[in-house]
Amino acid sequence: MKLRYVAPVLAFIVLLPMLIFGLQRDPSELPSPFINKPSPEFELPALRDPARTVSNRDYAGQVALVNVWATWCVGCRQEHDFLLSLAASGDVPIYGLNWRDRREDAIRWLDELGDPYVVSGFDADGTVGIDWGVYGAPETFLIGPDGTVLHKHLSPLTDAIWQRDFVPKIAAARER
Amino acid sequence: MPSGSVISCPRLLRRESAELRSVALILLLLFAHASPAIDAGTAFEDPELQARYEKIVAEVRCLQCQNESIKDSNAFLAADLRREIRRMLAEGQTDAEIYDFLVTRYGEFALYRPRFRGKTLFLWIAPGFLIAVGLFVAIRIVRGRMALPIDDTTDEANAERQAGNRS
Repeated sequence: MKLRYVAPVLAFIVLLPMLIFGLQRDPSELPSPFINKPSPEFELPALRDPARTVSNRDYAGQVALVNVWATWCVGCRQEHDFLLSLAASGDVPIYGLNWRDRREDAIRWLDELGDPYVVSGFDADGTVGIDWGVYGAPETFLIGPDGTVLHKHLSPLTDAIWQRDFVPKIAAARER
Repeated sequence: MPSGSVISCPRLLRRESAELRSVALILLLLFAHASPAIDAGTAFEDPELQARYEKIVAEVRCLQCQNESIKDSNAFLAADLRREIRRMLAEGQTDAEIYDFLVTRYGEFALYRPRFRGKTLFLWIAPGFLIAVGLFVAIRIVRGRMALPIDDTTDEANAERQAGNRS
């Protein structure tokens, strides 16, 4: 019977792309369920000025980054210089989500290393972090002008990652 | 004499291991009370709520330290999620609402038993489908073998033998 010889080959052809695709994925990097959905609503006191609130309205109508950071986070320190240069270029405003940190530590960090953020929200107990599906820092969300999440990045940002993953999406979002 | 010292070793070890065992026992007792401390929250007074809480918490994956449930994990994200789940239970939300809350934020991956829908359909159906395919193939092979004559000589050989008998 021919099927006896064809079936294993067919099964192999079906499995091969699944294995090639599946084995190259990093299982610790989860796809965000927020991609192409509105960014979660939030309201937080600003890091430097508790009287001021930071919310989705701050970045409405523009392409923006929301960067989750903390002073205990090594990766955040690694990407800090890149964030500073990005902020200096003035291309995209960066909004900070200071996640599970201590206010005085966070302010000192920004004073010492430089502050790339337009403003940082202060999420001391991680509630807003949960609403955003944050499970580690640094995490960087790219938000479109209509408030949808266009992309989420899960490791320290570098120029190479920026050029590859962010620049094309920003250009597309601005054309629309 | 090296061989003598080798022989005397086990006895020494046995005495030491008895001491080690008692030290281990003391350490175990010392830290026995520390294990529930992963979950620092206070238990619900209502045992039914507490039972629901414990069931949910055991079924939610800690995303900071994958392969641990948030019940067993001392990562701070797990603590935050336990706090949120406790709050939602206290507010009277249903289990389904709590699972929804987690899935909309972290995806189906957050649940150890993904729900039966959409993207997870393949996950649920694949094992049964593969077993069915395996059974089908096995039955065909067995049936094929059952159809073979029990006598393994071929018709040709039979014919030859018969021809030989006649001559």
